Amino acid sequence: MRGFWKLTWLETKIFTREPMGFVGTLVMPVVLFIFLGRAFTAGEPVSTAQLDIPFNAAILAAVLIAISAVQSLVAIISIYREGGILKRLRATPLSPVTILGAHVVVKLAFTVISLALLLLAGRRLFPGVMQVNVFSFTVAALLSTLSILSLGFLIASLVPTARFAGLISAATLYPMLALSGLFFPVDRLPRALEAISYLLPTTHAVALLNGVWDGSGWGAHWVNVAALLVLFAAYTALSTKVFRWE
Amino acid sequence: MKPVISVSNLGKRYGRTVAVDDVSLEVFEGEIFGLIGPNGAGKTTTMECVEGNRVPDKGTISVLGLDPRRDANALRQRIGVQQQEAHLQKRIKVWEAVDLWRSLYTRAVDADALLARLGLEAKRNAWFMTLSGGQKQRLFIALALIHEPEVVFLDELTTGLDPQARRAIWGLVTDIRDRGTTVFLTTHLMEEAERLCDRVAIIEHGRLIEVGTPDELVRKHCPERTVVFTSDNANVAERMPGLSAVERAEGSGETYTIRGAGDDFVTDVINFIAREGIRVRGFRTEIPTLEDVFLKLTGHGIRD
Repeated sequence: MRGFWKLTWLETKIFTREPMGFVGTLVMPVVLFIFLGRAFTAGEPVSTAQLDIPFNAAILAAVLIAISAVQSLVAIISIYREGGILKRLRATPLSPVTILGAHVVVKLAFTVISLALLLLAGRRLFPGVMQVNVFSFTVAALLSTLSILSLGFLIASLVPTARFAGLISAATLYPMLALSGLFFPVDRLPRALEAISYLLPTTHAVALLNGVWDGSGWGAHWVNVAALLVLFAAYTALSTKVFRWE
Repeated sequence: MKPVISVSNLGKRYGRTVAVDDVSLEVFEGEIFGLIGPNGAGKTTTMECVEGNRVPDKGTISVLGLDPRRDANALRQRIGVQQQEAHLQKRIKVWEAVDLWRSLYTRAVDADALLARLGLEAKRNAWFMTLSGGQKQRLFIALALIHEPEVVFLDELTTGLDPQARRAIWGLVTDIRDRGTTVFLTTHLMEEAERLCDRVAIIEHGRLIEVGTPDELVRKHCPERTVVFTSDNANVAERMPGLSAVERAEGSGETYTIRGAGDDFVTDVINFIAREGIRVRGFRTEIPTLEDVFLKLTGHGIRD
């Protein structure tokens, strides 16, 4: 793991030097949350039209934070690969795990910052509604992010060029969001889609975050925790098989 | 001299394309060894297999007595690598890259001294993306030298650089050799090979077709020499054929072009001119280059 923290710190600095990506991934989900929160009065279970399920802008924002971290990771990995940066780093004593792990740590760190902004904004703008356990919510969101990031690695492994990376990650991640149970319950999906939705980390992320939000706690959602961990392991294992350095 | 790199019967294919087909070579301590050939000849693949950055299909490789795959970690500490068309993070600063690289090796030279030696001290705080082509290559040389490696690999180091930047880089490479480091480079520029390399290997279609010093190869494959001189004396050409090495003598007006072959040819012409008392106003010799050797051996130019 020689060089791990140095590389992580370096990649953090480099990330902050690109204002568009930096502001976009960090602030956009929070802005969206404030906007939606105003529209739906955040955190309060609001029935979305006929579907009689709670829609929670804070959870949407948390999942979006995870997704934007994933998109950013996919973009960086594909640009690094196309530019020969991955190849150059790999020819040093840096281990492959260090090179890729540094990016994951950077993404998780920015996820934490973004979540903190989200919770701060929620506390100030919608007092009384944001009663969630900050620590539990953050841990659940980080676990979700990690699991979705591993899917991101799989996408980054398969996407041939940087040009398509943004497109393909968006085309993969946003439909996942639609199937996640955030907008309508998973069990109302057609059978096939329902089965697929359980293979996607977003579904378990939404279920776990909802659980943490309404206070039903970790015990009631151990299945989702296990699923996130299993999916993380599975996607990571698959990525290591198909990942290309150049 | 002992070989620091030995390659025997190296082979590598990508799918159905044979990139390297049975290459064997030796690189000796303290020399600049050049692998030369056109694009796609197998230069980079050979070099990457030797560095341990690519897995060969067959053959054995030894670098500093180590196996590049099995002893990859030990070897990385002792070799320096510059890759073809490499890039770093757009917004990484020069000193940050040098600092990261220094932290990866068990020994490292002084960063500032190295940057100064490569003329990059004024660019310490510059982002990689703002560097010129020559500056980028000098930074990659710095990164390859940061841990005082015993062997340095330079892949197409000056491709895409302007002639001035290229010359500056050539000076740096000779300097690396003069400090006792073995240099293994690839190039498709014959002038570069001729200027820099102590020995060259010509590779085409994944096979080595000739190995030797540039001078040896020229003498062996292109012994032709041409002397061109201008003189007021008339009918010089008619008297020429008496020279043993002369193959063709032609004169157009006052300019005489004499073609021959062999090491003694130029001397013979000079002696002839002196003997005959010919008054010469201008004199030059044309000696074939590695480019001509390449053309002769492969039947086509290197850029065709």
